[in-house]
Amino acid sequence: MDSIGCQCIEESYSELEPFIAQYAGQQTALITVLHKIQETLGFVPYDLQVKVADTLGVPISEVYGVITFYAFFSLKPKGKYNVSVCKGTACYVRGAPKVLTALEKELGIKPGDTTDDGNFSLEVVYCLGACGLSPVMTVNKDVHARLKQERIPKILAQYGE
Amino acid sequence: MKLITLKVDNQPVQVEAGTTILEAAKKVGVEIPTLCYMEKINAIGACRICVVEIKGTKVLQPACVTPVAPDMEVYTSTTAVRKARNLTLELILSNHPFECLTCIRNQNCELQSLAETFGIREVRFPGENPPYKADYSSPSVVREPEKCILCRRCAAVCDKVQTVNAIALQERGFNTTVAPAHHRPLAESVCINCGQCTLVCPTAALHENDEIERVWAALNDPKKHVIVQTAPATRVSLGEEFGMTSGSIVTGQMVSALKMLGFDKVFDTDFTADLTIIEEGNELLHRVKTGGTLPMVTSCSPGWIKFIEHFYPDLLPNLSTCKSPQQMFGALAKTYYAEKMGLDPADIFVVSYMPCTAKKYEARRPEMQSSGYPDIDVVLTTREVGRMLRQAGINFTALPARDYDDPLGISTGAGVIFGATGGVMEAALRTAYELVTGQELSSLDFNDVRGLQGVKEAAVEVGSLTVKVAVAHGLGNARSLMEAVKSGSADYHFIEIMCCPGGCIGGGGQPIPTNLEIRADRIKAIYMADELMVMRKSHLNPAVQQLYKEFLGEPLGHKSHELLHTHYQARDKFLIPAT
Ligand code: SF4
Ligand code: SF4
Ligand code: SF4
Ligand code: FES
Repeated sequence: MDSIGCQCIEESYSELEPFIAQYAGQQTALITVLHKIQETLGFVPYDLQVKVADTLGVPISEVYGVITFYAFFSLKPKGKYNVSVCKGTACYVRGAPKVLTALEKELGIKPGDTTDDGNFSLEVVYCLGACGLSPVMTVNKDVHARLKQERIPKILAQYGE
Repeated sequence: MKLITLKVDNQPVQVEAGTTILEAAKKVGVEIPTLCYMEKINAIGACRICVVEIKGTKVLQPACVTPVAPDMEVYTSTTAVRKARNLTLELILSNHPFECLTCIRNQNCELQSLAETFGIREVRFPGENPPYKADYSSPSVVREPEKCILCRRCAAVCDKVQTVNAIALQERGFNTTVAPAHHRPLAESVCINCGQCTLVCPTAALHENDEIERVWAALNDPKKHVIVQTAPATRVSLGEEFGMTSGSIVTGQMVSALKMLGFDKVFDTDFTADLTIIEEGNELLHRVKTGGTLPMVTSCSPGWIKFIEHFYPDLLPNLSTCKSPQQMFGALAKTYYAEKMGLDPADIFVVSYMPCTAKKYEARRPEMQSSGYPDIDVVLTTREVGRMLRQAGINFTALPARDYDDPLGISTGAGVIFGATGGVMEAALRTAYELVTGQELSSLDFNDVRGLQGVKEAAVEVGSLTVKVAVAHGLGNARSLMEAVKSGSADYHFIEIMCCPGGCIGGGGQPIPTNLEIRADRIKAIYMADELMVMRKSHLNPAVQQLYKEFLGEPLGHKSHELLHTHYQARDKFLIPAT
């Protein structure tokens, strides 16, 4: 899902709040409610984690546990540019781990995270269907093929501001 | 009840339907090893160290969650079983740091002893350790997630027994860990410092914050006048640190041992427990007479205090304003006692020997300095005191009994029973009855408030008033009582709450293991210690009477207010907000 502007967040909140409210006291509805928030916003923000915990009567430690257990949920919005690195078998044997390390270093984040300025997010995927071009990554819709770790800074620079 | 007959290792045994293989095996004298299992609290079949072979089934079954069936034939030590257990252990050890020699649980670690029992001599798959650093943020409990084997016993206790849920399972795969939400430090979570998780952790992944070095330093500082107070529950548990049977009463040996360590005076928290009864009793009478907030709820358990601050801030006016006996002791040590002895309070170092990890937090609350100094300098738990005595080479079991020092060592049986659930209530009833009616009680034992039932109730005629009381121990039980108070369906005058199951005898700083049977043994010992006392009513404690005459004036008076009472603060129910 693409990043979202503030106005859109406000609208989403006015839709999400009554949705959450209808599950008051229903601890078993946790996943349903988190699912809806993730689908609407692309992530589950901290204030809504607290709201869900409070409304459903679930401890915050459990809410966080569920969010971090299922790959489907994320804690931060995707960046303006979402970098997906393939770690499928072909890419893996042709150097994907090194590419990933270079990306982590360059962006200062781990997979699943977003840079503080909101520009980049990083994720690992398993096979992008471009094994012939391995190792491969995508930045939003652009495909970058036959990667070498040295090329990472230059590629990212294209997406700068 | 339907009985089922089966065979465990060829031995016939008859048990009730629904019994697990684990329990059935015990009956024929076979202890199947367990790690994640805790009766009624954590039966999740996660670690698989308890697997057994059942004739006719291909896959090994976990004994802790598999119920018996008629004519079942169970084998607990076949080659397949032994291989599976060794593999399980090796996999756990593959990402466990090999630090036994420098580990706080060295020689009292379930993982270490299983590795020893099963003769693990090499780990074939050495791997990385869990990617989390130790968390020293809490004054009470240290987390070392690298040593966590993910048995979830801690999370189960924190959830099912205490209903605090400060820690839970987070993340997935190799990153799985037990931690507060958002990996925040324990001190920034809703953790109420009870240490119950440290009692059940099989390894050193959760343990007390060990502060014995600070006490050694004070004892070796010639300028310091170092005194110690011992909590009621310590005299029925310290013996276990030296291999004595649970429920041994070791009051006199404990005093001897502490004197041998070099404390200038050995005093008793039971003295301020008696004082608490006078202050709290008067507070209750005052509330009843003036239409103050009722029910009044006890305030001596710091785990409970932080719990109500987080989860029931609306009920804070119900709390008694009395400080806990530990804190009353410290405040008096640095004022009354200092004056009496002609000592500068700056030179007095007060050590508190408690069964409790939450007391470490309480001692650091900023409001606990009414003498102008921290009321308490260091709090040690039973496990730490055991360690100190072993370091000093003290042969505990062979020591002669000695008496506490005057005047803060004089106490009654009513002070002793503070150590067990229901004890504060019983002590209060003994005094309230006699003070209000002017008559002597025919029997001092209030059996309705004793024992391990979660919530206990009683109604006692005190003069013209029927006093309705309730007692809860363990915060899950406290929570249900508070829900009743909140909804207005409870018409009690007085409620006693102890944070830990069984009361302080089951505190988070007590010897490991502390389980249901051991708790029951210690409770028995507490009431025995009460019966052995010459004085058994707080209001007859001569040292307390003298304290009022010489120093405090009257209960709830100006000095009491300043030194012995406190206030509370509402706290966030979720996380302490990020700064
Ligand atoms: S937790 Fe147990 S096995 Fe692990 S290092 Fe400590 S003593 Fe050794
Ligand atoms: S000390 Fe008590 S509240 Fe804190 S994590 Fe352990 S069990 Fe939970
Ligand atoms: S911290 Fe201890 S009790 Fe909790 S899951 Fe880890 S090993 Fe088990
Ligand atoms: S003890 Fe049975 S599965 Fe852990």
